[in-house]
This record gives sequence, structure tokens and C-alpha cells, in this order.
Amino acid sequence: MSIFVDEKTRVIVQGMTGQEGTFHTQQCLEYGTKIVCGVTPGKGGTTHLGLPVFDTVAEARVETDANASVIFVPPQFAADSIMEASDSGIQLIVCITEGIPTLDMVRVKDFVTRRKSHLIGPNCPGIISPGKCKLGIMPGFVHSEGCIGVISRSGTLTYEAVQQITDVGLGQSTCIGIGGDPIIGTTFVDCLKAFKNDDQTKGIVLIGEIGGTAEEEAALYIQGNFDKPVVSFIAGKTAPPGKRMGHAGAIIAGGKGTAAEKEAALRAAGILVCNSPAEIGEKMLEALQKA
Amino acid sequence: MKIHEYQAKEILRKFDVPIPRGQICSTADGAERVAYLLGSEKVVVKAQIHAGGRGKGGGVKIASSPREALQIANNILGMNLVTHQTGPKGKEVLKVLVEEGLPIKKEFYVGIVIDRSVNSPVVMLCSEGGVEIEEVAQRSPEKIQKVRITCTGKLLPYQARTLVYSSGLKGREARAMIDFLLKFYKVFAACDASLAEINPVVITEDERVIALDAKINLDDNALFRQEFHELRDISEEDPLEVESSMHNLNYIKLNGDVGCMVNGAGLAMATMDLVKLAGSMPANFLDVGGAASVERVSAAFRILMKDKDVKAVLVNIFGGIVRCDRVASGIVEAMKQVKVNVPVVTRLQGTNAAEARRILDQAEFPFIVAEGLAEAAEKAVQSIQQTAA
Repeated sequence: MSIFVDEKTRVIVQGMTGQEGTFHTQQCLEYGTKIVCGVTPGKGGTTHLGLPVFDTVAEARVETDANASVIFVPPQFAADSIMEASDSGIQLIVCITEGIPTLDMVRVKDFVTRRKSHLIGPNCPGIISPGKCKLGIMPGFVHSEGCIGVISRSGTLTYEAVQQITDVGLGQSTCIGIGGDPIIGTTFVDCLKAFKNDDQTKGIVLIGEIGGTAEEEAALYIQGNFDKPVVSFIAGKTAPPGKRMGHAGAIIAGGKGTAAEKEAALRAAGILVCNSPAEIGEKMLEALQKA
Repeated sequence: MKIHEYQAKEILRKFDVPIPRGQICSTADGAERVAYLLGSEKVVVKAQIHAGGRGKGGGVKIASSPREALQIANNILGMNLVTHQTGPKGKEVLKVLVEEGLPIKKEFYVGIVIDRSVNSPVVMLCSEGGVEIEEVAQRSPEKIQKVRITCTGKLLPYQARTLVYSSGLKGREARAMIDFLLKFYKVFAACDASLAEINPVVITEDERVIALDAKINLDDNALFRQEFHELRDISEEDPLEVESSMHNLNYIKLNGDVGCMVNGAGLAMATMDLVKLAGSMPANFLDVGGAASVERVSAAFRILMKDKDVKAVLVNIFGGIVRCDRVASGIVEAMKQVKVNVPVVTRLQGTNAAEARRILDQAEFPFIVAEGLAEAAEKAVQSIQQTAA
């Protein structure tokens, strides 16, 4: 099994005809993802990469029976695209777009929560279940099918961890980049709840970073509810306060959101915290052998 | 984006939020003239820098005459103001805001922040104003009233009433504060602020509610739909950070000696942490973006070489979608365009990593090639020690 996606997931790409959309749709198709169509307003009725293009998500959903969407729409329009997908009954929405205004995301979060859509991102690499489905911009080849669930606020740092998990021979069940923005759809806790009931997943790698309290919330959840081993790394121990470290959400504000606080919370919940990002794979292997 | 107090107050004025009468001045003569024109018994001269804690640092003074305002402005303009937020180097004051002094009866704190744990803005009112709000939150959290903005996207009148009446205000004062809060939230929403704080909001002897101070941070992601570009003050920013923003590079100057160039923000932070684990400190945060093209890598090297603290460069690229051999060729090309006179450690991992190492090994420039993450940071730190020895 895997979480959120599997080999049957049928995918719409919103913004498929753009440069980014085109490139990553090709990559996902090559990986074996069942992409069924694209949506670009004004280009309905044409075909792109051999797939039909529709003007609206509602139409695309009726015609193709898709249940997931991945979004490569520019930040000015991305919030609207997420809400369109949600209102059309798409269950899983993955938004890759970086740079969506925070107040737009406040509205979007409320909107999708009411409609019971599952939003991943924005500003994220997406989700992959190795060998089954890749919905996003991550390099497929570093992944291998296996037993570790990976959740992360980052992109390339996640690929790094995934590579290590592949190298120690464990492989991944599902990897989710939840995104680097202050307001995001799926949280660490949402992912942990899903991984808890997933038989394929035997252990979790959780990669956090400075800013916000998502890691502390994950620690609280794990403490009472989770019996699979969890290994964690928090990026940003050397980051100064008050500076936004690339990701809009990675900022130490008012003395809150430091790596030290997060590590303390995770350790208190019995989670193995790696000092170095170079030891994530090994530590996961050790933790599984002990469990 | 941060803006100055006087700019924030200008925005407040447009939304009909009461502020003291006053004007921005860049000369002491100007300050004297404004003080004279204000005609109030006292005037306040306030240094305009982006950092907080200006009062404690000596950047806010009260004058009893236009003559005194001139003397104070003379002292403050050009001074190097050091506060807990500026760092030890301080910040040069180029402008002062001269405002009427007001007869203050009570002081409050009003703040609006994005509360990430509830995914929405939260409006706060505190009956103790003019002091550090973090301090009050520690000492007497019951004094801070909070409401969460609902799906309406507005502060609703009943929410403003709830805040104000539970803070102990009554009668005309309460009504004026409710009106103030409703208008202030409109400012927050209309300018796509990420944070807006008035500390203090004062109630005057004649029962007016006025924003004595103002801090508004704007959401960088929303600047495209706002007309705030002219509010950016690059004299408040690090020159190298300004230059990198022109190349769309994400760069932040830090205090160490290992210059870092990484693709991806998370990996960039992790690389900085590795440098510390290896026994040194990073000179900067630098995310060259996922693609790491020749133009961006060249621009990044140029910026790193302008930082005199950089004693070695650590390039850490995870080639996923972008192939490592292309990145390697880009780095080799960049070295022909930029004069680099410190050791450069490169670690390229991912697609075609072996080919990338071959390209770097054969290059004219003596790259120190590393494979492992930790190894790369260690080699960078060692290269500095060897150069020094």
C-alpha cells in the first residue's frame, strides 16, 4: 500500500501547456503516472503531449474521471486554480507553485477544508509513491520502492535523504514534500495519521526546518499515537533570527521557531534527531533494527 | 518587505486610521521648521530605521521647543543607532519623523499576525502598551485578548467589540477603539501585510484613539499586486543582498568564512549546519535555485567573491531533474568569467554525478572534489586551515 496516491490515481495537470508544466508532465508520464489530461483556460479542445486539454477542471473531471490534480500555474492565479480543482470534486490536489500570497492561502485552506479535498503544498516538490505514481517535480530515479515514509518541508534536502534511504537498502513507501510556505494544505500530522495505517510503512523520516510550530505539533502527535520509529532532521541551526531563509515559512520570528526548540520537542517525544543531514539513512536503518 | 514607521503611518492615514500630526525630515533645519509649524507644546523626534528598540537606543527624544527639536535632530541624524535588532554594528539614521506630542491617558498594544497554527490572521489587543509584547505574553498572558479572523476575511464588528470590552474599556473610549480596530484590520488585509503592529495605541486626555507608532511588514509574495515598490529602502539592506535580489538569487549575509552555494533552500540551510559541525561557520545562505544555470552560478560566484570574509567556497548541488554534468560545465564556465582566489570545494550528487566529477577534475581550476555531504563541509573547513598555515 501507499498513502494518498497509488497506481490507480488518475491525474489532471493544471497549467500543462506552460514550460514547467510541459517538462514535468513528460517526466511524470515517463515515470508511469496516469496523467489523463491537462487544463489551460482558452486552450480547450486542443491536444498537448498527446493528451486532451480542457478549459475547466469541471469539464476535465467529467470527461476523464480524474481524481487528482497537479498544479503548475503562476502564483497570481494558483489560489484560484486550487479552489477550482477543489470545487470540481478533485480529491487530491498537489500545488507545486511557489510565491502564492499568504492571505490567498488563508482563503484556500478554509475552502479546501470545507470541501474535504486533500491539498499538498503549495511551494512543494509534490508526492511520490515509488514504482506507482509520481505527482510532482522530484527526480524519480533516486527513489526505490520500500518501507520508509518520508515527509519534509523541503525539496532538494528531501532528495538527499531519499538517496540515503535508497542507498542503505530500505527504499520508500511514499514521500511527501509538504511545502515551505507559512500556510500549507497537508501537515506533518496529516501525513503521520495516514502512515500509521499503512502496512507498507515501517518507519518515518521527518525533515523539518526553522519557523512555525509544525514539528512541535508532529512531536505531540507522535508521543501519544505513533509506534513506528521516527528519525528526524531539522535544517537551520545556523540561521539568524528575523531573516527569511529562502522558504517563506523558514523564519525565526519573535524568538520562536528555532531549530533548538524543535529538536527538544522531537527528542522529548522519543524521536531520534540527527545532528547531521548526512546520517539520516544510517540512523533510520539503526532505528528499524532496534524496533 | 519591511517599511519605515513614517511610511506605515502614511498608509494608515489613507485608511483613515488616526495618527499624530507630523512630517518626515532629513535635515535638522527641517525638523526645527516642522516643530514650529506643528505648534504643539512638545514635539517628538523619532529616528527612522527598520529595527525596533529605537527608544532604548536613544533614537526617540522629546523636545519642548523648535530650537530643541533642531538640536535633537542634529544629534540623531547621522548617528549610528544600535538597538537589540540592529546588531552591534548599528544602523545610520538618515531621516527623522517629527510629530506633535500628545497628552496620553492610556496605552494599548494592537497587533495582527498570521498565526500558522490556526491558518489565519489573529488580531490581538493588550491593555499594556508601550512595552515589549513578548514580555507581557510571558509575565501576564491574560492581558492579551485575541480573536481569529474567520472565512469572511474581515474583522467583524462583534469580534472588535469582544476584544475591546474584555480589555476593560468603556463608553466613548471603547467605541473609539472598536472603530480603530476595524479600520486597522482593513489596512492589514488591503496591503497584504504579513505583520502589523501599533505599540502603543494611545487614548488621549480628550478620549481620542491614536496610533503613536506603526510597524507594517508586507508579504513579499503579494508585492506584485500592490504599489509599494517605492517604499523599499535599499539603504536598510545589505548591499550584497540587494545585488543578489537583482539576479533572483536568494542570498543572506552571515558572519562566518565558508561561502556556500547550494540549490534549494532546505539543502542550503542543511549545508550551513554541516559547515558548523565541521568546525567553522557559514559566510552566507545562498540558494541558486533548482536549475543552477551558468548565469546564476556565475552571478553567485561574483557575489561570494565580493564578500571579503569568504575564505573558501563550498558548492553543494543535488542534481535531480537538472543533470550534474551540466552544472559542472556551468561551474567551469563561471570560473572563466569570475576571478576566484580562494579554494573551491564542489560536491555534485545525483544524475550523472560521476561525469560531473570528471569534468571538474580535468578543469584548469584546482577544484577540491568531494562526494559525501559531511566530507564536502570538512574539506571546505580544512582548506581554510591549510591556506592559513
